[in-house]
Amino acid sequence: MTTQNSKVRLATVWFGGCAGCHMSFLDIDERLIDAVGLVDIVYSPVADIKKFPDNVDVTLVEGAVCNSDNLREARELREKSKLVISFGDCAVTGNVPSMRNRLDVKNMISELYAAGPGAAPPGDVDVMPVLLDKVLPLHQVIPVDLYLPGCPPDPERIWTALTTLLKGEPLDLPPEMRSFG
Amino acid sequence: MSEVVTLTIDDKLVSALPTKSVLAAAKDAAIDIPTLCHLEGLRDRGGCRLCLVEVEGNPRLMASCVTQVAEGMVVKTQTERLQKYRKMIIELLLAERNHICAACVMNGNCELQALAAKLGVDHVRYDYLCPDLPMDASHERNVRDPNRCILCARCVRVCDEVEGAHCLDMMGRGIHCNVITGMNQPWGQARSCTTCGKCVQVCPTGAIFKKGATVSEMKKEQGFLIWILDGRDKKVWHWAR
Repeated sequence: MTTQNSKVRLATVWFGGCAGCHMSFLDIDERLIDAVGLVDIVYSPVADIKKFPDNVDVTLVEGAVCNSDNLREARELREKSKLVISFGDCAVTGNVPSMRNRLDVKNMISELYAAGPGAAPPGDVDVMPVLLDKVLPLHQVIPVDLYLPGCPPDPERIWTALTTLLKGEPLDLPPEMRSFG
Repeated sequence: MSEVVTLTIDDKLVSALPTKSVLAAAKDAAIDIPTLCHLEGLRDRGGCRLCLVEVEGNPRLMASCVTQVAEGMVVKTQTERLQKYRKMIIELLLAERNHICAACVMNGNCELQALAAKLGVDHVRYDYLCPDLPMDASHERNVRDPNRCILCARCVRVCDEVEGAHCLDMMGRGIHCNVITGMNQPWGQARSCTTCGKCVQVCPTGAIFKKGATVSEMKKEQGFLIWILDGRDKKVWHWAR
């Protein structure tokens, strides 16, 4: 399967975010078929693969780094990926998840779930990943190669970035394609 | 004595009245210098520092909005050094308060957001300070959200210079600096506010907005300022607008 092996190995990761960036990725519509011809998706929340694989060419990271799990996986994906892209505003700036940064993290879980409306989640709170003191943008945790801002980055932005990178050209998006929000 | 001076901006010979600023002379010559605190019709204050330029023979960078033109002056507006500093300024502004574009009334219409994109700020290298700043929604028509404020003082200047109410002002120094209403009262209790709404329209970000506006709904109209000032000062009324 030589054609398989020549494809770019693409991973997409989902940290603290709403999945809107992944939805926007799916919104490239029929070009998804072209994309599948060009890349192998080796890890993604839409592909249900349990372990982050080795030798990944490009990793798109959606979401801010919010907890110990995100932190561990960020370090792992950095080690195993050639190119890491902050994909969308949460990864780039912290965005909406970072709005909790002005609050004290200590009692956040218990105040939200135990004291908040509705039933608290069952089981031991200790099995959940530990929240970081502050929600962080990805580049404050690992070195990031490229940034694709937007909430979400619209499909044209994603397609332009993807095709530019697949051609091996440097990514220099026009101003209208690199705005926050 | 000639009534105009001639200077060089980006290798282009430019003539200007000696009372003009370098920024105004550049604008007349269709040379674009990025600005945030500058607004046609308000007195310039050199606050945001985005309009910094290099003037030959002067090691310091000059804010072009408050630098007067002079005969023989040689100005550069787009050097690598200037672009580096301008990006830093935008990044520092974004890091200082809570500019969550996606959840802002001015998303898509914001001058800070547009300038960040234009200048190539696709991420912020500094730690976000994430300050805890309360909003003031006590006014009957408008809301003040210091989380989006860049301290450009357009609102302060328009309230003082054009409306003549001087309800808005600045208080505190450095990181504690903030825009206040009245004697640092809730806006709704500040009796000097005439509810004219000029501050809403001149604010470049979502720091002052109309009550009831939600994400991406606010759009500012700044044309009124020249309309009022030309009518008042020159008796020229732009009825056709």
